[in-house]
Amino acid sequence: MSQDNDNNAYWSANVRFILISLAIWALVSFGFGIVLRPMLAGISVGGADLGFWFAQQGSILVFLALIFFYAWRMNKLDREHGVEEE
Amino acid sequence: MDQFVLNLLFVGASFTLYIGIAVWARAGSTSEFYAAGRGVHPVTNGMATAADWMSAASFISMAGLIAFTGYDNSSFLMGWTGGYVLLALLLAPYLRKFGKFTVSEFIGDRFYSKTARMVAVVCLLVASITYVIGQMQGVGVAFGRFLEIDAFWGLMIGACVVFAYAVFGGMKGVTYTQVAQYCVLIMAYTIPAIFISLQLTGNPIPALGLFGEHTASGEPLLAKLDQIVTDLGFREYTAAHGSTINMVLFTLSLMIGTAGLPHVIMRFFTVPRVSDARWSAGWTLVFIALLYLTAPAVGAMARLNISELMWPNGTDAQAVSVEAIETDPEYAWMATWEKTGLLGWEDKNGDGRIQYYNDANDDLQEKAEANGWQGNELTNFNRDILVLANPEIANLPGWVIGLVAAGGLAAALSTAAGLLLAISSAVSHDLLKGQLTPNMSEKNELLAARISMAAAIVVAVLLGLNPPGFAAQTVALAFGLAAASIFPALMMGIFFGRINNTGAVAGMLSGLVVTLVYIFLHKGWFFIPDTNMFTDADPLLGPVKSTSFGAVGAMVNFAVAYVVSSMTKEPPQEIKDLVQSVRIPRGAGTATDGH
Repeated sequence: MSQDNDNNAYWSANVRFILISLAIWALVSFGFGIVLRPMLAGISVGGADLGFWFAQQGSILVFLALIFFYAWRMNKLDREHGVEEE
Repeated sequence: MDQFVLNLLFVGASFTLYIGIAVWARAGSTSEFYAAGRGVHPVTNGMATAADWMSAASFISMAGLIAFTGYDNSSFLMGWTGGYVLLALLLAPYLRKFGKFTVSEFIGDRFYSKTARMVAVVCLLVASITYVIGQMQGVGVAFGRFLEIDAFWGLMIGACVVFAYAVFGGMKGVTYTQVAQYCVLIMAYTIPAIFISLQLTGNPIPALGLFGEHTASGEPLLAKLDQIVTDLGFREYTAAHGSTINMVLFTLSLMIGTAGLPHVIMRFFTVPRVSDARWSAGWTLVFIALLYLTAPAVGAMARLNISELMWPNGTDAQAVSVEAIETDPEYAWMATWEKTGLLGWEDKNGDGRIQYYNDANDDLQEKAEANGWQGNELTNFNRDILVLANPEIANLPGWVIGLVAAGGLAAALSTAAGLLLAISSAVSHDLLKGQLTPNMSEKNELLAARISMAAAIVVAVLLGLNPPGFAAQTVALAFGLAAASIFPALMMGIFFGRINNTGAVAGMLSGLVVTLVYIFLHKGWFFIPDTNMFTDADPLLGPVKSTSFGAVGAMVNFAVAYVVSSMTKEPPQEIKDLVQSVRIPRGAGTATDGH
């Protein structure tokens, strides 16, 4: 496989990770925290509901997990494709 | 010891620390001034970025806005943290690989156009100066309180301090100073929150206490709060009241804006390697999350405390008496804050008591008439004082109050300094050296940088005399502007190779102009009062408030850039190669000066 093809494979794997991560990012904040909140209204969390918890706590925790997962996964992908920094 | 003296001691000690560090690490060369020689570890960089990022808006203003609005202002929490996901995934590693000093350098090179670079500089200046206005508001509140003077004079004194502080050093001085500032501000924010959470719920972690049980009543804290505020005619704290579309757009606008602000992005140029840029964004968010997970607890608990202070025997009994406010030490904070002009009360019906309730609520009219109330008597409660007043409201020890004063100033100063640095580098590095006078000496460039800092402060203070909202709302406008102009250009530069010079320029200009016009239509031209044609209560475009318009502006930017690019000539081969190289971490050397 030529270097160009491999770079393209690396890039499309990266774009795939980004899209999956952004889907989760949108689901917990815009989804659970705002638009889908009425659907989660039945699940109560300490005096409020699950949507309220996602809007004020949960989404932030998920954001953290997403960034660290992406950093770890990409550094692994860099090595798999031999494009890591020397 | 007198509280005033104690505040001065804490503020004085923290300032001595920052200035000492700034002098010790003083920048010698332009490279150090802008990017600290790139020798900064991701954790250190994350902490400094967090201090840089968490400004008067996060520290002083945000919890107050959440306290008085409740769930609807969760947008600030999600928006100002969710932006880091965009930054980490879509921008930081690639901009680090590109390896120049400023955001506009990337835009200029990627879109092979000096015009694009100049347009980017203009966008950065507009967003940064709006941002500084919000910071100066916070600085005014903080100085006003701890010197016990009017907020206007607080603003004037604060402006002088910010200037003196920012000219001391560039990024290098600022990086280590900001680590110290982070430590001060996070302690100042969390320690009182822990005390208050223990008082109210017995749980030492405020984020858990928020969803815990209110010890005094045995009910869940949020349920208790909902009940008290609705008793007083206010809207239920945990329920959604605003438009869903507006909330989505506002949150999105804050997120995209976060990833488009120059002083935050600049930070990711200072890490040694591409992989460090990825980690660095994560560490930044860890340090930010410590405050952001605490903020909603601070807001809810303060609202509960204030309501209970105004109705010490419950909402069905008598309100607090004027005598108690004037003599009882528990209410001493009200007198001190009255001096700043940001808190006020008036015994309208002359019954010797201060009734705090929502007099605009029709359901309460009957009760008000029966009791002889003639309107809400807690006539002025500026949202921006809540966090600073919080430890006093909860009757915490004097040293905690002093610590909070120092923390609030640290938050406002660190961000103001970071922004001034971004402004000065845009003017001296991009505008003067990059365009107008390329042969400028290093010494003159540093001089120009400092003069532009001074000019930026003067403009921000002038515009800040008539602020378009509370500090966090002003800052939200700045985010909207950054979201509409800078972020789309950067993202398209990396992910869409087909976008060319004409498309990028047209996109940035249209995004910036529509957003700026929309803001001015609602907030007044150049924020001058009474020049607005619409209000955020009844916006031009259905539910879309001016603070939320940044997300729409960004979509305009993307669409215009795409359409214009597809109608004009493809970018040349060397630009396609540049895009390819930015996408691959290998070969990221140390960054170079672009001239």
